Amino acid sequence: MDTDLILRILPAFIQAAWTTVEISFVSLVIGLSVASLLTAARLSRLAPLRVLGTVYVSLFRGTPALIQIFLLYFGGPQIGLQLEPFAAGAIALGLNIGAYMAESMRGGILSVDRGQTEAARSLGFSRAQSMRWIVLPQAARLMIRPLGVNAVALVKGTALVATISVVELTYTAQRFIGSTYKPFEIFAVTAVLYMIMVYGLTLLIGLLDRAYAEEV
Amino acid sequence: MQGLDFTVVFAYWPLLAQGLGWTVVLSTTSAIFSVLAGIGFALLVLYGSALVRYPIRLFMWLFMGTPLLLQLFLIYFGLSQIGIDIPALGAGIIALSLHFAVYNADIFQAGILSVDRGQTEAARSLGFGRHRTLAYIIVPQAVRNTLPAVGSMMIALLKESAIVSMIGIAEIVHSAQLAISETYRPFEFYLTAAVLYYILNLILEAGLRRIEGKVELSR
Amino acid sequence: MNEVRPMIDVRGARKAYGPLEVLKGIDFSVARGQIIAVIGPSGSGKSTLLRSINHLETLDSGEVWLDGVLVNQRLPGRAFERHINQVRQQMGMVFQHFNLFPHLSVCDNIAIAPAKLKGVDKVSARKLALTMLEKVGLADKIDAFPARLSGGQKQRVAIARALAMQPKVMLFDEATSALDPELVDEVNLVMKQLASEHMTMVIVTHEMRFAAEVADRVLFMADGTVIEEGTPDELFTQPKQERTRTFLRKFLSA
Repeated sequence: MDTDLILRILPAFIQAAWTTVEISFVSLVIGLSVASLLTAARLSRLAPLRVLGTVYVSLFRGTPALIQIFLLYFGGPQIGLQLEPFAAGAIALGLNIGAYMAESMRGGILSVDRGQTEAARSLGFSRAQSMRWIVLPQAARLMIRPLGVNAVALVKGTALVATISVVELTYTAQRFIGSTYKPFEIFAVTAVLYMIMVYGLTLLIGLLDRAYAEEV
Repeated sequence: MQGLDFTVVFAYWPLLAQGLGWTVVLSTTSAIFSVLAGIGFALLVLYGSALVRYPIRLFMWLFMGTPLLLQLFLIYFGLSQIGIDIPALGAGIIALSLHFAVYNADIFQAGILSVDRGQTEAARSLGFGRHRTLAYIIVPQAVRNTLPAVGSMMIALLKESAIVSMIGIAEIVHSAQLAISETYRPFEFYLTAAVLYYILNLILEAGLRRIEGKVELSR
Repeated sequence: MNEVRPMIDVRGARKAYGPLEVLKGIDFSVARGQIIAVIGPSGSGKSTLLRSINHLETLDSGEVWLDGVLVNQRLPGRAFERHINQVRQQMGMVFQHFNLFPHLSVCDNIAIAPAKLKGVDKVSARKLALTMLEKVGLADKIDAFPARLSGGQKQRVAIARALAMQPKVMLFDEATSALDPELVDEVNLVMKQLASEHMTMVIVTHEMRFAAEVADRVLFMADGTVIEEGTPDELFTQPKQERTRTFLRKFLSA
């Protein structure tokens, strides 16, 4: 193990890791927003909105994220969207993960016992009110873990933007594998950095989950 | 801006169809390997000696915590730098198989452990040894129980297989890129590629539902 | 009876789970063709004793002999595996929760052991399964799957599965405890029939009446020891020990 090499490349990798964090963060924000809108759409009384929501989720979950990134970055100009790699990548990832998160949210809402809605309605709450005051608060707790799984997948998914030359971890790893001849040292550094992010996030989600666990 | 013209796609249909074929071949091969390897890893982690358990657990931990693209680069570019030259198609299949084998192993582990203890006791009291009990009674049940979860993994594998276009394998995305290099119409071709994947996805989901249905019937 | 080798011979069986002694040095034997019922309160160790006969539970000390063969021999790993598998093929066990293999049809449940362990071919195995099913009155269910059977039917299939291996003894671990009352009789009927065919049987049960009808001898266990044993007549009508009396009072007055 060439530790000298590792020490020399570390600064570049830390920088790249930070970029990964930035993209992840932006994508997560976009994703959560999109997911919330989609969930609201799917719960709406208006059939067209419901259909729109379902179609969006089906399309974005049914096609590879890589293609969605390429479509936005390379194909965007043809429909008037000229985006920087970082922006294109973050938006595409956000739109993609939003669909998966919408499913997690839907799952959370569906796992709230039907009896809750029945009780709320029979007390006189409207549909919207029972959702707002009774169902969603409970669903929120149930969503934490699945959304956490989505977030972790996203962090790993940021690697895809390396293909459109965003200087994040995987891009940097590829670059250094090409220039040094020490693939294992490079992989070791990259893997450690990713795992800190991935397992760190997993731990965080676990803590969050437990913090908001039902005190029965 | 350029207008969109989808008619160009038709001229490149043979190319795209070939890419489609390679995607199917690639995904199917990797799927099969990932399931077999997944069962293997799960059994080794559950019943192997410590010498075998810990390395595999470490390997699983490593492969679940890092992106597939990185793993692909390591296997294709990284290994060739220390003299191990694996052709692109092989590297792609290996990367996809290993990546998903590890997730499958996780699923199978839980599946095997969740088979009721009474099943082992019944088999053992009939005189089945440890290995036969696993082979005829425990693993078949674990596989049936975990079918939905593994099915989801296979759907993910199909979509992730697009990544191998980055090492030059002539599947759907790569074929689209070839077409784009000649027509300069990325939107049309990437959209078509997306549609092709969507259709494959639908077919796979339908297929999996049928299999799950058959398994349910025999319960 | 003393010159003839007993079918099952347990000597000095001891087992503890940490500080808790479950079996405190039990001796008992079963002659060929004899039917022994083991009764007692929960936690008495009766199930543990039964399961130590086919080595599903390991004794801390003591010996278990099956027809002259030491079941719990000290052998190195692989040799022990081979030995215990062989020995178990000569014993049939019926579990409280049936433990049928859900992924196999009734026929396969019964045929799989003879087929895989004794090399019986497919056609003969199916015939064997049919014969066994006829014995327990379920021939028409041969191709059904366990999920579709009632509890009583499942248990009868479980009995057929054990019998298909032509065991020397049948061990019943509270075979009817998990059944709805109206399903108990069909299983008891099968067990009575086996008894009339002089199968050697050890039956752990809560059903006093059934034990009295079927058993040659009854053992009453409590706290890991055999408190009393005798013929059903002796034990049920004139129990010698106070402990036995207290226990029976609770059950028979119900």
